[in-house]
Amino acid sequence: MVDAAKTSMDAGRLIAAEGVSVRFGRQDVLRDVTIHARRGETLAVIGESGCGKTVLLKTLIRLITPSRGEVVFDGQPIQGLGEREMTRLRTRIGFVFQQAALFDSMSIADNVAFPLVEHRRLARGDAYDVAAERLAEVGLPTSVMVKKPAELSGGMRKRVGLARALAMEPELLLYDEPTTGLDPIMSAVINELIKSTRDNHDVTSIIVTHDMHSAMAVADRIVMLHPLSRLGADDSQLLFDGTPDEIKASADPRVNQFVRGEAGERIREMHGV
Amino acid sequence: MANSTAKAPSRLHALNDQIADLGDVVVQSVEGVGDMTIFAGRTVMWLFSRWPSRDALLSSLHQIGVRSLPVVALTGTFIGMVLAVQAYYQFRSFGMETRLGAMINLSMFRELGPVLAATMLAGRVGSAIAAELGTMRVTEQIDALTSLGANPVRYLVVPRLLACLLMIPSLTVMAIFMGVVGGAFYCIYIFNVDPYFYFHNAQEAAGAWDLFYGVFKSGFFGVAIALISCYRGFHCDPGAEGVGRASTIAFVQSFVAILVLDLGLSIVMDTFYFFAWPDA
Repeated sequence: MVDAAKTSMDAGRLIAAEGVSVRFGRQDVLRDVTIHARRGETLAVIGESGCGKTVLLKTLIRLITPSRGEVVFDGQPIQGLGEREMTRLRTRIGFVFQQAALFDSMSIADNVAFPLVEHRRLARGDAYDVAAERLAEVGLPTSVMVKKPAELSGGMRKRVGLARALAMEPELLLYDEPTTGLDPIMSAVINELIKSTRDNHDVTSIIVTHDMHSAMAVADRIVMLHPLSRLGADDSQLLFDGTPDEIKASADPRVNQFVRGEAGERIREMHGV
Repeated sequence: MANSTAKAPSRLHALNDQIADLGDVVVQSVEGVGDMTIFAGRTVMWLFSRWPSRDALLSSLHQIGVRSLPVVALTGTFIGMVLAVQAYYQFRSFGMETRLGAMINLSMFRELGPVLAATMLAGRVGSAIAAELGTMRVTEQIDALTSLGANPVRYLVVPRLLACLLMIPSLTVMAIFMGVVGGAFYCIYIFNVDPYFYFHNAQEAAGAWDLFYGVFKSGFFGVAIALISCYRGFHCDPGAEGVGRASTIAFVQSFVAILVLDLGLSIVMDTFYFFAWPDA
C-alpha cells in the first residue's frame, strides 16, 4: 500500500535529486539535498549567494558529478548512464546559463541551430528556419541572426540563450539566474517569457534565482537552500519547500529575512556585534 | 634545558609540514599525469569513433597551419643565416668553408627545423588554444556544449589535434627549406663560398633519411602541443588571471615536452638507424 502510494507520487515527478552531496576539494557545497520537480511544474530554487544553487542545477544535468546521492530523470538514475545515453537524455533538457554562454565564434543563427544540426542532422537552411521561429518566440527579429553574440545586449543574449535551449523542444528547462544583471523592465520580460514558454510548450521548469520578485512571479513552488557555512553539522540545508503564499507566512526568521531582503543580521556580523 | 626540549617539538612540526607539502606536490603531480592521460585517451577514442565536421577541421587547419606559415618561414630563414655567421670563421680557420652547407643542412633537417617549427607552433598556436578554450571554460561555453549533448572533446579538441598533427610536417619542411635557403644565401653571397662545392658537400651530407628524421619527430611534437594546450584550456582556473596562467603554462609545458621528446626520439631513431643499417 505504502509502495503503491510512493510509486504514484514518483510517477508525477520528472526529475529528482535524492540525498545529493557535492564536495570540491575539502569544501562541502551541498549536503544531503533532496528536491524534485513534477511534470509541468515551475520550481524556483532560492537562497543566498554561495549556497550551492547553481551547483545543484548543474548536478541535475551531470555537468557536476555528486560525491553522494543520485539524480533521477523520468524514473531513470542518471549517474550510471554511459556517454551516449547521457547525450540522448540531455537533448530532453534545456539549460539557460547565467551569462547565456553563447558560442562567441558563431553567429546567433548558428548558436540556435547548433543542437538541430548536431542531433537532428537538419540541413543548415532548415535548421535556420527553426532557429528563426524560436527567436521570434522570444521576441527577437530575424535581423539578429547574422550578428555575433558580442554585438547583442545582455537581455538579448539571455533571450537567445532561451531560444537555443528551446530548439530541441525539451521536457525540462533549467534556468540559472535568468534575471541577474538585467534592468527591471527586461527582468519582467524574461519572467513573462518563462511563463509563456511553460504555457506554450508544456515544459517543466527549474529556476535558480535570488531575485524574490522573479521567484514569486513565475514559480508554482519554491525551495530555499542555505549556505553550509551558516549551518550546524546536523542541520538540513533545505530551509523551505512550499508555495509562494506559504513562503510569505514562513515562521523561520532566515527565510523571512531573505524574502524581505533584510540585512540586519549580516550587518551586525560585519561589525562583529 | 626546558628551552631546548620546547624547540625540539617545533622543529619536528616544521619537518612534518615540509614532508606533508612534499607529499601534496607528489600527489598533485601524479593526479595531473593521470588526468592528462585520461584526457589523451578520450581524445584518441573520439578521434577513431567520429571525425569532426569538415567546417571545424578546415577552420583549425587554416588557423593552425596556414596562419603559422609566415612566422615559421621567417624564423627558419634567420636561423639558417645565423648558423652561417656563427660557423663561418671556425670552418674557415680549418679551410673548410665549403663544408658549411653540410653542417647547416644537417642541423636544419634533423634538429632545428622540427624544433623551431614546433616551438613557434607552441608559442603562436598552443597559447592561443589554451586561452581560447580557457575563456570558453570560464564563460561556461564548454558546459553549454555538454548541456546541448555535444561532447566538448570531440567538438573542440579533436579538430585541433588533427590540425596540429597534419600541419606540423608542412611547417617543419618550410622551416627546413627556408633555413637551407637562408644559410646558402649568406654563405654564397656574403662570405663568397664557392656555390658548386657548397651544394655538392651539402647534398652528400644530408639526405632523405635526415628529412624523414625531422618530419617524423615533428608529428610527436604536434600531438604534444595540441594535447597539452587543450588540457590546460579545459582545466583553466576562473577569471582573467586563470586564462593568462593557462596560456603561459601551456607554452612552458609544451616547450619542455618538445625538448624531452626530441632527446628521446633522437636516441630511438639513431638506435634504429644503426640497427637497420649497421654498415652505414
